[in-house]
Amino acid sequence: MPQSNLSNNHTSGLTVKGLTCRRDDRILFKGLDFSLEAGQALQIEGPNGSGKTTILRILCGLTLPTEGEVFWNGLPIEDNRVEYMAAMDFIGHAHGIKSELTPLENLQVAMAMANTRPNQSLEGVLEQVGLRGFEDVPAITLSAGQCRRVALGRLLLSKSLLWILDEPFTALDVQGQAQIESMLVNHVEQGGMVILTSHHPLALKDGMLKTINLRP
Amino acid sequence: MSEASSYNAFYTILKRDLILAFRTRTEMVNPLLFFIIVISLFPLAVSPDPKVLQSLAPGVIWVAALLATLLSLDSMFRSDFDDGALEQMLLSVHPVSVLVLGKVLAHWLVTGIPLLILAPLLAVLMHMPSDSIPALMATLALGGPILSLVGAIGVALTVGLRRGGVLLSLLILPLYIPVLIFAANAVSNAAAGLAIAGQLYFLGALLALALTLTPVATAAALRISLR
Repeated sequence: MPQSNLSNNHTSGLTVKGLTCRRDDRILFKGLDFSLEAGQALQIEGPNGSGKTTILRILCGLTLPTEGEVFWNGLPIEDNRVEYMAAMDFIGHAHGIKSELTPLENLQVAMAMANTRPNQSLEGVLEQVGLRGFEDVPAITLSAGQCRRVALGRLLLSKSLLWILDEPFTALDVQGQAQIESMLVNHVEQGGMVILTSHHPLALKDGMLKTINLRP
Repeated sequence: MSEASSYNAFYTILKRDLILAFRTRTEMVNPLLFFIIVISLFPLAVSPDPKVLQSLAPGVIWVAALLATLLSLDSMFRSDFDDGALEQMLLSVHPVSVLVLGKVLAHWLVTGIPLLILAPLLAVLMHMPSDSIPALMATLALGGPILSLVGAIGVALTVGLRRGGVLLSLLILPLYIPVLIFAANAVSNAAAGLAIAGQLYFLGALLALALTLTPVATAAALRISLR
């Protein structure tokens, strides 16, 4: 057994071992094992309250699991924080868009936090996510869907390998959903990784999409 | 992570918070108004006699400044917690303590500096001798940042609680007491014509301690709050 553990730890990408989470007296999930390599997407499904958001927060290191560990490139994420944070982008339910700042300012702050130099102009990214003409208005005047588009625009700018997204399709219109979906598929096909919670089926080839179903 | 890029992140957070403060000005004015109102009520309620006011002034001004700071603390991480920006800060590649320091500096610039500027005017209102006004400014300049830095730990611990206000005061006020004692004592001594170097050195030492240790503690507290 120790032998196989060792070899597993040295694979690149994300590896999860024996993840268990208990909330109060309820076990949300138990002994979850999976791994994700470049060019794969993972969809986490389950009814409301089954721990989908919790598992994403554990994967980004925001919440500690009751048991188990998350490895990035073979190292526990706590020991590998800087490398992991540079390779990972998380968009949660609250997407971190400040309503008093304009979309442009929001993206500028996000770039400084991620320490990346954008390879395309911020205005160009906002145009891609369909926010042309809204660059300089405070985000408070934007709709929920438009704010989510700003947050997703952050993904286009980042050079992160792993995207962790909590219900990325919420509040988006049909056209927006299609656009984001093609963005995700593109990312995976170019060797990126995506983990998302959603009931929206992704148009990925067999073998590229893994699914985990959390049953209470 | 190179130092230059962390400095850049620090500067970005500082600038962001200053822009946010400027765009939500009314929130910023509240503690200042509180500071002015509390002090200006004293001559009405206690006595307009300059001698009485003079003896009360250092304590009253410092207590009011302390409570005004306490009042402003809650906003330090509240909105970032609510909209998820705090999560993004914790997931940044930069050390969280550096980002926290940027936020605390912004808080001090937005509340500490206006208190510092208003203090001499209110000192005149309280009939403080003009010799002791520089001492008041010096103690506020050294003590004000300590209040913001130490307060940040308390806010970080209570940000996840819906009604953290009372808990925050209970956590933070004991830590404010040494600052209050040294600062108010320095101002009283200055009014009496005594040396105040000792108290100022103590405040300076406390500031150095707070500046180096509290950002790390605040970062740890934020991690706990977001768990």
